Amino acid sequence: MKCGVVVFPGSNCDHDAYHVLEQVMELEVEFLWHDQDHLNGCDLVVLPGGFAYGDYLRAGALAALSPVMGAVKRHGQAGGWVLGICNGFQMLLESGMLPGAMRLNRSLRFECRDVWLRVERSDLGFTSDYEAGQLIRVPIAHAEGNYIDSDSALDELEENRQVVFRYVAPDGSDSDEANINGSARAIAGIVNKQGNVLGMMPHPERCSEEILGNSDGLPLFRSLLRASREAMRMAQ
Amino acid sequence: MRAKVTVYPRQEVLDPQGRAVHQALERIGFATVEDVRVGRSFDIHLDVESQDEANDLVHRMCRKLLCNQVVEDYEFELGEFERGELDLAGADG
Repeated sequence: MKCGVVVFPGSNCDHDAYHVLEQVMELEVEFLWHDQDHLNGCDLVVLPGGFAYGDYLRAGALAALSPVMGAVKRHGQAGGWVLGICNGFQMLLESGMLPGAMRLNRSLRFECRDVWLRVERSDLGFTSDYEAGQLIRVPIAHAEGNYIDSDSALDELEENRQVVFRYVAPDGSDSDEANINGSARAIAGIVNKQGNVLGMMPHPERCSEEILGNSDGLPLFRSLLRASREAMRMAQ
Repeated sequence: MRAKVTVYPRQEVLDPQGRAVHQALERIGFATVEDVRVGRSFDIHLDVESQDEANDLVHRMCRKLLCNQVVEDYEFELGEFERGELDLAGADG
């Protein structure tokens, strides 16, 4: 599986994602520049965290219109893997690749801490190395992660099982207090209907090594590798 | 031609920033404030032939970039505003 990490002016988690893919997962990985209109044949595209274009106008709004996003859209529509983390999730929303929008956190603060997530499903290419219902601890670092959409759109997300990660209390129970940014239905990450485009506010690339004290994010990358290998076997 | 565009959170969407400003206004004695929405404004200079053309352009700008219609609404005014007029609008008292 060839991986590409898109670098926008203002990206700051691009090297973290690159590091995990190359050093931990031992995959072929390269940086993709925001003004190129192709993905160099990458199978997985990571839209990393940061403040692309300074988050001017709205977080992810200007990045969503950059040349590389045309290629990312085509890749996603063709069934290719796209992982948007934090600012990358905001870009996926702004580009219409995933539904909904972000508002400022209800605290009006930049929230930077570990949170507990419940993995809602393990039948995705992104989550097969987790158990459905598993609790994981993953760091967040954002000011605009307060997910919102219309009630009918949220109902549709639930019906299609598109909610992948939810903020929960450490014991796994639903808790308004644990819903760190005030997201509708405590949504921390969603996937498109086809299951190949995932957006999430928490940072799995920051917790994928034992030496960092937490490797709860690693199964996500392992899942992707497994899914990619299976797809290749099917294609042969 | 100039366009004065205002983008603000939709009425049905909770606006955390507007709520904080509302609470602050109440705290300093403005007890009659019923609601506050915090948005943003754009002053756009256009080189166009007609009001219709400007109208169409600004609608398209709003839908494509200036406004995220999942959570925001927009409105705008078109006119031959003098420089400075935008800043002074509503500044009386």
